[in-house]
Amino acid sequence: MRMAGPVSIFQVAGRAMSAQLVRMNTTASNLANSGNTAGSAEAAYKTMKPVFRTSFDAATGLSTVDVERIVTAGEAPTKRYDPSNPMADKDGNIFEAAVDESRELVDMMETARTYQNNVEVMNTAKQLVVDTLKMGR
Amino acid sequence: MAGETLFGIHGAALSVRSQRMGLIASNIANASTPGFKARDLDFQGALAAEQGAGRMADAIKYRVPLQTSMDGNTVELSQEQTDFAENAVQYQTTLSFLTGRITQVTRALKGE
Repeated sequence: MRMAGPVSIFQVAGRAMSAQLVRMNTTASNLANSGNTAGSAEAAYKTMKPVFRTSFDAATGLSTVDVERIVTAGEAPTKRYDPSNPMADKDGNIFEAAVDESRELVDMMETARTYQNNVEVMNTAKQLVVDTLKMGR
Repeated sequence: MAGETLFGIHGAALSVRSQRMGLIASNIANASTPGFKARDLDFQGALAAEQGAGRMADAIKYRVPLQTSMDGNTVELSQEQTDFAENAVQYQTTLSFLTGRITQVTRALKGE
């Protein structure tokens, strides 16, 4: 993940976009698995969240962001008595993934906005670089 | 000293604008990183540093947020967005000053 040489403004925005994309992917997985059932608490789906970490480049003074790791977060799976369910354990319990859907939707909106902001930064930076190259012409 | 060079203060100003763009881009990139402290340039100090008076590192200051957040992040997106746009316009202004200077000198050289 770590790149050689000094970081440019394009890498700052680009890596932030990658990080936000990872976040968007985890949100999609969380929403897709919301309410999924399993035969044990361990096998049940758990909410995933990325951990962001600033990556500071001392040579240029720029700081970008990386996904350090992905952790499981949120509530423990909900135990429900449902003996008719084929997934039920010997006591007749099933475990339902506890995904906070509204929280995921809010996260998705925030991710999309941050991603857009970084796209905008990249576009502006690109335009300014192009203008600089045309300087004096 | 700046008056003696071909581009005057604008060469240094372009460099400072470019630095500030990088700093604000870093703030925007870290908008959702817990504990990240937003930074910005003190323009006057940075310009002086660029011209050899003082250090650039001293001109970089931490932002004081209007409202603090629970995760310790001090990036306020609306502030960063306006600053970024302002800085982009200022960069372009400096560029047109430089272009004007180049055109002027070129015309003088051609004897038009």
